[in-house]
Amino acid sequence: MTDNGKNANVPDQSPDPSSEAPTSPDPSGEEPTLYADTVSEYLPQDPVAAASDEASQRERFRQSPGMDVGLEDMPRTASLWGDAWRQLRRRPMFIISAILIAILVVISFFPGLFATHDPRDCNLIDSLLLPSSEHWFGTDLQGCDYYSRTLYGTRVSISIGILSVFFITIIAVVGGSVSGYYGGKVDSIIGRITDIWFVIPTILGGIVILSLVRTRGIVTVSLVLIVLGWATLLRLVRSSVLAVKANDYVEAARAMGASNTRIIMRHVLPNAIAPVIIVSAIYVGVIIAAEAALSFLGVGLQLPAISWGLMISTAQQRIITAPYLLVFPGAFLSVTVFSFILMGDALRDALDPKLR
Amino acid sequence: MSSTNDTKADMVGDVATDPTAPLLEVDNLHVEFRIEDGTVRAVNGLSYMVGRGETLAILGESGSGKSVSAQAVMGILDTPPGYVTEGSVKFRGVELFKPGKKKGTFDHAVPEVRGTRIAMVFQDALTSLNPVFTVGWQIGEMFRVHQGASRKEAKEKAIEMMERVKIPDARERVNAYPHEFSGGMRQRVMIAMSLSLNPDVLIADEPTTALDVTVQSQIMELLGELQQETGMGLILITHDLAVVAEVADRVVVMYAGRRMERGGIDDIFHRPSHPYTLGLMDSIARPDVHLDRLKPIPGSPPDLLAIPSGCPFHPRCSYAKNRCATDVPELETVDGQHASACFYWKEVQVEL
Repeated sequence: MTDNGKNANVPDQSPDPSSEAPTSPDPSGEEPTLYADTVSEYLPQDPVAAASDEASQRERFRQSPGMDVGLEDMPRTASLWGDAWRQLRRRPMFIISAILIAILVVISFFPGLFATHDPRDCNLIDSLLLPSSEHWFGTDLQGCDYYSRTLYGTRVSISIGILSVFFITIIAVVGGSVSGYYGGKVDSIIGRITDIWFVIPTILGGIVILSLVRTRGIVTVSLVLIVLGWATLLRLVRSSVLAVKANDYVEAARAMGASNTRIIMRHVLPNAIAPVIIVSAIYVGVIIAAEAALSFLGVGLQLPAISWGLMISTAQQRIITAPYLLVFPGAFLSVTVFSFILMGDALRDALDPKLR
Repeated sequence: MSSTNDTKADMVGDVATDPTAPLLEVDNLHVEFRIEDGTVRAVNGLSYMVGRGETLAILGESGSGKSVSAQAVMGILDTPPGYVTEGSVKFRGVELFKPGKKKGTFDHAVPEVRGTRIAMVFQDALTSLNPVFTVGWQIGEMFRVHQGASRKEAKEKAIEMMERVKIPDARERVNAYPHEFSGGMRQRVMIAMSLSLNPDVLIADEPTTALDVTVQSQIMELLGELQQETGMGLILITHDLAVVAEVADRVVVMYAGRRMERGGIDDIFHRPSHPYTLGLMDSIARPDVHLDRLKPIPGSPPDLLAIPSGCPFHPRCSYAKNRCATDVPELETVDGQHASACFYWKEVQVEL
């Protein structure tokens, strides 16, 4: 308990120049704004106040109805993830990435809410206009509103990224824990298949497979990225499970009469999953970049689909005359990849129980 | 396993127990590890029994097979490479092992006894507790899994158990994580967990080795008190003679996976009848015997891949004669329960 209060109070993991700024402690109320919450992390705080705040939060958490009633599984998630959550919401790294990801997800679901024009309603007269109040990001060669197109491009990237990583993670967790926990022949078979997969470079493999496919949509590209991408994560799960399996508490659980399934679900996976979640979050960024690369190379999504990769690919021909055509989708791509990687880092800090 | 302790003394698996039989009876247990370099014979014909309320100490150096024998009894050996190749383990007369899939091996066939009838406490309580769950959750898990208790009941029972093992502020501490406890408190948590289902036998595998001396005696005291309350049989695996002297009723001295000597606590400490036991006694400071220098046992424990022929202790033994290198000494009765696996135990006793 004291650990918690102490730790949350020391922003040592995220040194930041703004802490030197001569600002007074944040007198925030019950509903801190995003800005205040982010900045207050850096500010020198009264340790006593912070500790009691932490204690009261704990108390509230303990008394929350979810703690005492509900499904068998609820308390476990509450204790593991509840603590991680308390940790996370104090971290600027997490808050920034969470907000960025939330915005990107909302845009990808409802691009129409934010777009100023129909991205497919193009007028050749408006070809290659510079950014203006009418066309915020200018227009492309076809005279389409570039801002709207960039927003619509979010959908492709986010859906391919999340869809692929979701299935990659499932494959990796199931395969990796079976392989790592049971060992023996199963492990050898899964291990050899993983080794073979491991040597196929994602982009090169993607070019080969996707060039054989005539029509390529979100599902096709995701499928190819799943097929090519699971090996790395499966290895990670396996090694993580192997490391956890060697722990005494796994043996102790067996001595206490727990079944294999229970040991995997309750003792091995919860301890092995943290690095997997971290890498998965980072992997979303990697997959999004891979999709953009494949589209850029002409084997990803096809026109008339709207994708950042395609936009960057088209923009490169006019990089001198209309550099903004490259900058805007490029910036969106970078920010998206960056947010997921940042999220991965924030999760890593929060999910390590020893850092609490 | 939905029933509670009321239904105990009757069934283990689908066999009725014999209330007159000893709690745990291990007979001629052999365990080996089949690795690439050969076969490590970790336990070679270990036998012992424990009755109600009794404390049996299994004493031996590192690598003498004492922990492995406990793992085998619990059925938590890593298989492969570990196999039980011979022997029998009976809980109240019910055989726990049956011939395994692999020829010449035996499998633990009654997993239901784990945790409910026979429980185990491990050496290092920090690594034996799952770091991502609160101790309350972990103690409560026993009740949820084995007795189908609800979340709330399990937590209450966890608090109750923590109070029983004398963890102060149990109600507060129930939500703390293992790393927030001191070594001694962690071991108490571990004991609370092991005892939560009221087992008949508790195997404590070096329960105090990772603790400092004052905490050691507190934990041993606690185990003693709990044993008095519940009447459980306690098997104490240790290399610490002081701990043995304090709590054990009977002692089995192990070397190279074999019994060297067995007997009551007084027999072992006052009339050691095996050169190895004698060596152990000489190698520690004793308040009742004045020595200028301690006498360590020369040499080192045997390589279990190549156990010396005859008596495994003969290369280190000052009493050894030619015969010791060729013939394996059987356990010979000294008097009553006291028995020694040495051809020359009479000479050992003369020296005392």
